Amino acid sequence: MAKVLFKKQLSKDVFLMRLEAPLIAEERKAGQFIILQTNEDVGERIPLTIADADKKDGSITIIFQVVGKTTFDLSLFNEGDNIPTLVGPLGKPTHIEKFGTVVGVGGGIGVAPLHPIAQALKEAGNHLILIIGARTKELLILEDEMKEIADELIVCTDDGSYGRKALVTEPLKEVCERNFKPDLAIAIGPPIMMKFCAETTRPYGVQTLVSLNTIMVDGTGMCGGCRVNVDGKAKFVCVDGPEFDGHKVDFDNMMARLNSYKDMETIAHKCRLEEEIKRKGGLK
Amino acid sequence: MSFRTKEELSKEAKVLLDKFLPIKDNLKPKDRITIPLQEMPSQDPVVRRGNLDEVALGYTEEQARVEAMRCLQCKNKPCVAGCPVAIDIPLFIQHIVDGDYQSAVNVIKKTNLLPSICGRVCPQEVQCQLPCTLGKVFKDVDKSVSIGRLERFVADWERNTGKVSIPEVKPGTGKKVAIVGSGPAGLVVAADVRREGHEVTIFEAFHKLGGVTRYGIPEFRLPNYVIDQEIDTLKKMGVKIEKNYVIGRTRQLLDLINKDGFSAIFVGTGAGLPMFMGIEGESLVGVFSANEYLTRANLMRAFERGVADTPIYKSKKVAVLGGGNVAMDSARMAVRLGAEKVYVVYRRTEVEMPARKEEVAHAKEEGIEFHFLQNAKRIFGDEKGKVNAMECLRYELGEPDDSGRRRPVVIPNSEFIMEVDTVIVAIGNNSNPLISQTTPELKVNKWGNIIVDENQKTSIDRIYAGGDIVLGAATVILAMGEGRKAAASINELLKNEK
Ligand SMILES: Cc1cc2nc3c(=O)[nH]c(=O)nc-3n(C[C@H](O)[C@H](O)[C@H](O)COP(=O)(O)OP(=O)(O)OC[C@H]3O[C@@H](n4cnc5c(N)ncnc54)[C@H](O)[C@@H]3O)c2cc1C
Ligand code: SF4
Ligand code: FES
Repeated sequence: MAKVLFKKQLSKDVFLMRLEAPLIAEERKAGQFIILQTNEDVGERIPLTIADADKKDGSITIIFQVVGKTTFDLSLFNEGDNIPTLVGPLGKPTHIEKFGTVVGVGGGIGVAPLHPIAQALKEAGNHLILIIGARTKELLILEDEMKEIADELIVCTDDGSYGRKALVTEPLKEVCERNFKPDLAIAIGPPIMMKFCAETTRPYGVQTLVSLNTIMVDGTGMCGGCRVNVDGKAKFVCVDGPEFDGHKVDFDNMMARLNSYKDMETIAHKCRLEEEIKRKGGLK
Repeated sequence: MSFRTKEELSKEAKVLLDKFLPIKDNLKPKDRITIPLQEMPSQDPVVRRGNLDEVALGYTEEQARVEAMRCLQCKNKPCVAGCPVAIDIPLFIQHIVDGDYQSAVNVIKKTNLLPSICGRVCPQEVQCQLPCTLGKVFKDVDKSVSIGRLERFVADWERNTGKVSIPEVKPGTGKKVAIVGSGPAGLVVAADVRREGHEVTIFEAFHKLGGVTRYGIPEFRLPNYVIDQEIDTLKKMGVKIEKNYVIGRTRQLLDLINKDGFSAIFVGTGAGLPMFMGIEGESLVGVFSANEYLTRANLMRAFERGVADTPIYKSKKVAVLGGGNVAMDSARMAVRLGAEKVYVVYRRTEVEMPARKEEVAHAKEEGIEFHFLQNAKRIFGDEKGKVNAMECLRYELGEPDDSGRRRPVVIPNSEFIMEVDTVIVAIGNNSNPLISQTTPELKVNKWGNIIVDENQKTSIDRIYAGGDIVLGAATVILAMGEGRKAAASINELLKNEK
């Protein structure tokens, strides 16, 4: 059980929550995630990246977007409420060292998991170029926080409502073409964005890490539901990942797997979701 | 055999009981072998295809006593030698004949702490019932005394009559013992160690307790209330429980000793690493490990569509790869989830199948088709990446292999296509490496199983292990047996300390 210590709405459907979780705060390293349930009996187990942690007050921060039933339920929790199931930290931490120049790309909600990794890389002495993007200005998060740690920050929106009007792959390509090409790229965001970031860096031979967020059940390597093909081999995202070499990930298969339950469930799910949103007074 | 209801079976038993009860103390072996074996009452196969309720309903009292009278009370007790925890079988059976069920329970519980689980899931036909003299007389192991059903009968009697007693706990010693994993091994250690007055905390990764008996073995074979009962007893004994707590992640194994003040640890983390075939198409949408499929349906309650948030794949034609209990459970769950056709595809023949006989029989009654001497070669998908067919190969049996079973050999050019939309891989589990990876000092063998000595002690002092994490995917009774041994070692260790 974890108490909600603080809650803030970052954009229309993106929320930030600080949760009381002293053990997780103590053990957690950049790149790791938690699994939670909003109802222990019938709730789904969903993974969310740990965006930040504070050992002193024993708290972790999560940032999530309302995309389905569980994230919607979660958005209804208020300060003082208890989240029934919270387990973590799960997954392998990001390998942090001084690589030289690192370019980090965060798309949409993916900026949240990128933040702690960028922070750790900065602390390790890397020169940090950060590219963050969103569909539109409204959906852009953590700009100030990223500005604080970046040596260079590039902001873009798909519709040009803020920053540069571009997909994140455009500035990424330019960065790769510079005289000093980056030693490492890290891309976190929607699967399609990560796929194209990997395609962008591939011709330049820039090693590119991606952080995958597949469907999970246990998060401890027991079910294999989270598996992806990496270099032709099945890897379990929850224990072998969540970070993998983006040039080796079979993104098409991963995206198909992410949609495993879409066809059959969205209709039922959506109706139920809409009903609930109505009942609970809508998304504010 | 046509389906007979519990009432019919019980009525027949009543007639036999009236005949034999008055002469129960003078029955000669030649009388006993004339008593017909009592069939297990079960839910009508047609009905049960659509529900999760328990299939085997349990003997009625009349049936139990009649079945108990079949036992020849052999002096040399071959059945006891076949029981992994050496229950005094003829003795508890005699108590049933005499109608003294409490004494029967007491005899069983001397060595088996979880009889209502074991009575349901033990593979009796290869354990106690295999050497049973009665089976030998008939040259048919299926005609042995139904020891497992009798065990279940008395365990259920104890629960149903509210006679389950809370074991006595000795005065507190102030010493703390950590149990990692709440499967049968962990539960048994918790009970045995707690009885000695030590403080016991169970750490479990999941949000519910019971290990495989909760997330793997389905409700229709082992209802949750049976497991709940065992856990309830532990709680009443004062065992503490920390759920959602992954040792190796939330806390390091050694920190439990070095930082948290535990004097000893038992690791019973099971064999939770699903094996895949390693064939083409295995990551297509619609291919699942049995673990995932069953966990969704059982633990996450996806069977209850509309109630549970966790979805489960909608299938019409399902192929299950494998021949063990896990395969049977997956196939039978698929039927209950509405699949029209379910095929069990197994490389060997029915004789070699490791599944409990009763489960195979039940699966057949439920309309599951068995494809022996066949195996998957690759899986095909449509343009959306979803399974739409599986290519199989045919096999024949060759020379015996290391396990003594005849080795299946591929028949060249025997490929054929099976139309399916779902493939469930149930070919076994390896040990979950989470703890060994995060605790390099802990010695494991090449399969990742933790290495222990004859007292279940690992390579690290104060740390013991048992169950599937040591044995590889095994059975509930073996996990329990190892748990009891480990508990005895832990109790011994702590007794000798100040
Ligand atoms: C589908 C299926 C059907 C089966 N049918 C039968 C049958 O009919 N008869 C039979 O005898 N046996 C059967 N078995 C096998 C039997 O269930 C196991 O042998 C037995 O449960 C092993 O017990 P265990 O205590 O060693 O481990 P498990 O039951 O596997 O329990 C291990 C527990 O440890 C937890 N855990 C793992 N890692 C960690 C960690 N790092 N930190 C905290 N907790 C952790 C797990 O979540 C789990 O709850 C079946 C198995 C399956 C999968
Ligand atoms: S071997 Fe069979 S008949 Fe003999 S005592 Fe055991 S259960 Fe009874
Ligand atoms: S979520 Fe089950 S193995 Fe990764």
